[in-house]
Amino acid sequence: MRREIPILITIVIGWVMVMDFFFPPVSSVATRMRDWTLILIAISQMLGVANVARINLDKVSRKHPDAPYAMVLLLAIVLMIAFGVFLPKSATIGGLTWGGHEGGSVFDKVYNQMYVPMQGTMFSLLAFFIASAAYRAFKIRSPEATILGVTAVIIMIGQVPIGSLLWDGMPGLSAWIMNVPNLAAKRAILIGAALGAIATGMKVILGLERNYVGGE
Amino acid sequence: MAVLGLTRLRSWLKVLASRFTAALLTSFAILATATIALAQEAAPAPTVWFDVDRLNILIPIVAFTLIILFYIQEARRGKSLFIRNMPGLDAIEEAIGRATEMGKPILYVPGIDDATNIQTIYSMIILNHVAKRVAQYDTPLIVPVGKAIVTPMAEEAVKSGYAAAGRPDAYNPNNVRFLSDEQFAFTAAVNGIMNREKPAANIYLGSFFAESLVLAETGIMTGAIQIAGTANIHQLPFFVVACDYALVGEEFYAATAYLSREPGLVGTLKATDVMKGVLMATILIGVLLEQLQIHGFKAWMQPK
Repeated sequence: MRREIPILITIVIGWVMVMDFFFPPVSSVATRMRDWTLILIAISQMLGVANVARINLDKVSRKHPDAPYAMVLLLAIVLMIAFGVFLPKSATIGGLTWGGHEGGSVFDKVYNQMYVPMQGTMFSLLAFFIASAAYRAFKIRSPEATILGVTAVIIMIGQVPIGSLLWDGMPGLSAWIMNVPNLAAKRAILIGAALGAIATGMKVILGLERNYVGGE
Repeated sequence: MAVLGLTRLRSWLKVLASRFTAALLTSFAILATATIALAQEAAPAPTVWFDVDRLNILIPIVAFTLIILFYIQEARRGKSLFIRNMPGLDAIEEAIGRATEMGKPILYVPGIDDATNIQTIYSMIILNHVAKRVAQYDTPLIVPVGKAIVTPMAEEAVKSGYAAAGRPDAYNPNNVRFLSDEQFAFTAAVNGIMNREKPAANIYLGSFFAESLVLAETGIMTGAIQIAGTANIHQLPFFVVACDYALVGEEFYAATAYLSREPGLVGTLKATDVMKGVLMATILIGVLLEQLQIHGFKAWMQPK
């Protein structure tokens, strides 16, 4: 029964969602079920916090080499929860007023001034990784890599002003590559992936695929 | 006396389990009835029972379902259905072997999307297969999770995989780790795992976004063998250039059929191929009719 009940719930809800798309009277039930999803996702945050706390407390108690990092993480979680719950608007700490109507709460301030720049730093790494990935991809080792390299050069030159200075037709050629062969390949992959997704959905709501609730 | 006590305890537990199940089922039925009643209260008397404008979508879905059911029957009757070789899926076995030989862990990243995305659900199914294989070799399997609701699913997939392989004792709950539901905090944490624990194999299967290349390039720097698969086409080029093997689009959804060769699942693969043929024919008919200035078919097919 431990597997059967979740599978039954999935099948029933899956069919309600499919029927909702075609049969308008089902939509109110489907909307109610979608609301349940939001409630479940909100509750699941507690599971996430429990998982983080368990793993990191374990590292600290075992004096794992990463214990200092685990302590910083646990402290950050406790502090952010405390800021969010106890200091919702503004607070004066060490003579400095944090938050307030204009600056937002302490929670917002820490988030915007510490987390957001760190997130930006991670994202900016992408620029360098794109360059290293492009170097690997465009290295001419085979006929396919040669075609890829030449096409990439045409696309890149076609996108910048110097492209039309070199040859009037360059932007047009670049646009044609993007809109015809590239788009055709993308659509072919998209159609295949969409059919795969529908088939997987069907396998789940027909009860053929059951391993998502754990193996047999 | 002790044996008698144990037997009584067992029978008492059985009764308790059956009553709990009955209570759960009853609660579910009550909840469903209440929801339907609430919905009927909230909505005015429905006048339109079927959205005719969506018939163009219903027909292909019904046809596809029938094709799936037909091929499942065929596969179950023992008809041999050919599946082409997929190096990306064969490489999973190779990656597990390599990690075992090197005595290093395997990193399995199931994407960063919620359980509402079919790719995440499917990634859990593949994770279960991977866990079964990994458990046989006693190799650590690290699963970083980017959404809290996916955490219990991943824990269950790994735990049951280990149990199915007859190694429930080898399951380490500390290896299924919820990191953060913020995209780049998750990426930074996974990069940290790669740099500190040096997995021998990185498997990325699921729904990925801008973090795909950051993860895959970091994986290259740590010298891991990398296998990736996603149906997010905008991330596929990144995985193709940065990973040793990439599962492109539909190949990702073929994984369980390919790995398990279960007739029911192989049948759906064949049905997908047939449906692709039907779609190609439909596109050709549409193009032909448009060339002949007959626009009714295209107008009917367009989503409304």
